[in-house]
Amino acid sequence: MARWGMVIDLDRCTGCQACVVACQVENNVPPAGPVDAARGRAISWLRLVPMQSTGPRGTRPALQLVPLPCQHCGRPPCTRVCPVRATQKDEEGFVAQIYPRCIGCRYCTTACPYTVRDFNWRRPEWAAPLERSLSPDVSVRPRGVVEKCTFCHHRLQLARDRARAEGRPLQDEEYVPACVQTCPALAMSFGDLDDPRSEVARLGRSQRAFRLLEELGTEPNVIYLAKGEWGA
Amino acid sequence: MPELERQDERLFAPIARAGRGFWLLAVVAGGLGLAGLAAWLVQLRRGLAVTGLNVPVYWGLYITHFVFFIGISHAGTLISAILRLSRAEWRRPITRAAEVITVLVLFFGMGCVLLDLGRPDRAAFVLLHANFRSPLLWDVASVTTYLTASTLYLYLPLIPDIALLRDRFPGRRWLYGPLSLRWTGTPRQHRILERAISVMAIVVIPIAVSVHTVVSWVFAMTVQPMWHSTIFGPYFVVGAIFSGIAAIILAMAVVRRAYRLEAYLKPVHFNNLGLLLLVMSLLWFYFTFAEFLTTWYGGDPSHLAVFVSKTEGRFALSFWTMVIACFVIPVALLASRRTRATVWGTVVASISVEVGMWLERFLIVVPSLSVPRLPMTAAPYAPSWVEWSLFAAFVALFVFLYAIFTKLFPIVSIWEVREGRERSVAEVSRRVESYLPAEERAP
Repeated sequence: MARWGMVIDLDRCTGCQACVVACQVENNVPPAGPVDAARGRAISWLRLVPMQSTGPRGTRPALQLVPLPCQHCGRPPCTRVCPVRATQKDEEGFVAQIYPRCIGCRYCTTACPYTVRDFNWRRPEWAAPLERSLSPDVSVRPRGVVEKCTFCHHRLQLARDRARAEGRPLQDEEYVPACVQTCPALAMSFGDLDDPRSEVARLGRSQRAFRLLEELGTEPNVIYLAKGEWGA
Repeated sequence: MPELERQDERLFAPIARAGRGFWLLAVVAGGLGLAGLAAWLVQLRRGLAVTGLNVPVYWGLYITHFVFFIGISHAGTLISAILRLSRAEWRRPITRAAEVITVLVLFFGMGCVLLDLGRPDRAAFVLLHANFRSPLLWDVASVTTYLTASTLYLYLPLIPDIALLRDRFPGRRWLYGPLSLRWTGTPRQHRILERAISVMAIVVIPIAVSVHTVVSWVFAMTVQPMWHSTIFGPYFVVGAIFSGIAAIILAMAVVRRAYRLEAYLKPVHFNNLGLLLLVMSLLWFYFTFAEFLTTWYGGDPSHLAVFVSKTEGRFALSFWTMVIACFVIPVALLASRRTRATVWGTVVASISVEVGMWLERFLIVVPSLSVPRLPMTAAPYAPSWVEWSLFAAFVALFVFLYAIFTKLFPIVSIWEVREGRERSVAEVSRRVESYLPAEERAP
């Protein structure tokens, strides 16, 4: 069984936010108006957060924007606390959210140390004609439930269906999330972390590799690459 | 009317008729209740967008009030059980007033959680798809156990009084008849009742302790800064008993004034509860000091960020008000007998404690969420009118339900006061004698 994971190379990332937009469009994430955004109500499965790096020796500390999707932790703090099992870890490494089960108590959102879980404060709305561009592969979430990055899980299902229809095994490169596919700087890669020959596994062994808030024991499946020291 | 019947007439008086004060309260509570209902309907229609909540402050007043109300519930049952078991004779006129608080306020505590749900229509999923790894489920289990046990614990000592009412108010037989369980006061009935009361008094203590421990674990089981603390269980229990005793004192002061029960609820009762409140205030300070010193000395940056937001950042005003209201004012008032042995002294201290403990709950819930580990553009949390008016409605309805209880049942336990008069005086002197060395006989 694969353990899907992502590698983000911060030395390549330009902070252009193309991944953010791609994610928004791919996953039917409703656009927030300026009012909601100012109030901290904008939903975004992939945010760029400013973090400080103490670059290579001798250089001055710099602020860089870091793409922050759900880390799909190996030991997620969010799934444990859900009173109704609406969020679960599956055997392929995905931390999934079950919208029809979620009661909207937001315990998972408060328990997540990365603050990457979003809540539907209001019913999602798309101004015409935006609603006609909604993806049929991703369900639109109702008001009052929690949602989060799925690693574009629907793309895996589609790729699997296609492979099955053609009677052949799934190739790793057939499944990439929208953000990875879009990144113009080629800073993101995606694949099976358990396959030692995969690109993500190779990059994960790099000396530049680190994971966010690793000291909490969450075992994230998102790996960052950067020279120098990193911290929040 | 026989002598015994005429005794304690004052305790029956509030049940016979409702005065102007009661109707005034009914109007005020009804108004605030309707405003709360309107706020709730607005929230049902438009979702939690009508609150001031946001990312990352996903929890706010509703959860604060959940902790606050469940905390107050520790007043009654726990204090009453401890006083009963330790055979503190001064407890007799105050136990019931305390126990009612517990039973009523628990409903409002649970109501706060329902208000907080994004999908209240799916509340039953908590039972249908229960995940017992979630501390929220531990809460559901212990709060329902507590509600059941404390309702029973309130009801048992009510039975002899209900029998008195049954014989006195034939017009309300439909209510008192079935509830009195054919109580006639035979020695056998008394034996069974007393046995049941003492069993329940023992049973409710660990349940009560578990309730606020588990409430604290909702926070402490996460890894979030200044939530993830091993001290939280006992810290919450201490805070709960603290705010609970203050609630008893306030309820007693109101009942005493409204129903002219000065002969029953005497300064000595306020003095003794004031002493308990003083002890809890010192304990609260000890726990708070230990918690904050450990956090500061350890210096973990993510914890320190929350610490600084409380002590000198945007929550500093609330924080220092809390310290003054929970520690400085109550200790100053309660340390001296001159202010402690008065009703006003303990009442002012209790109001201060309630304000302080409300702030304490708020300062536990909100700052940890306001300063997340990873930097993000966070809008400050400002509660909306919907959240405030639902709080006002809950407080008003609680007070009103409490008043209704005093109109249906005696708020001072009549049979227990009588028992104290008839039996305990002799019993206590026998008890004291038994502590002393037996008198040596002359050789």
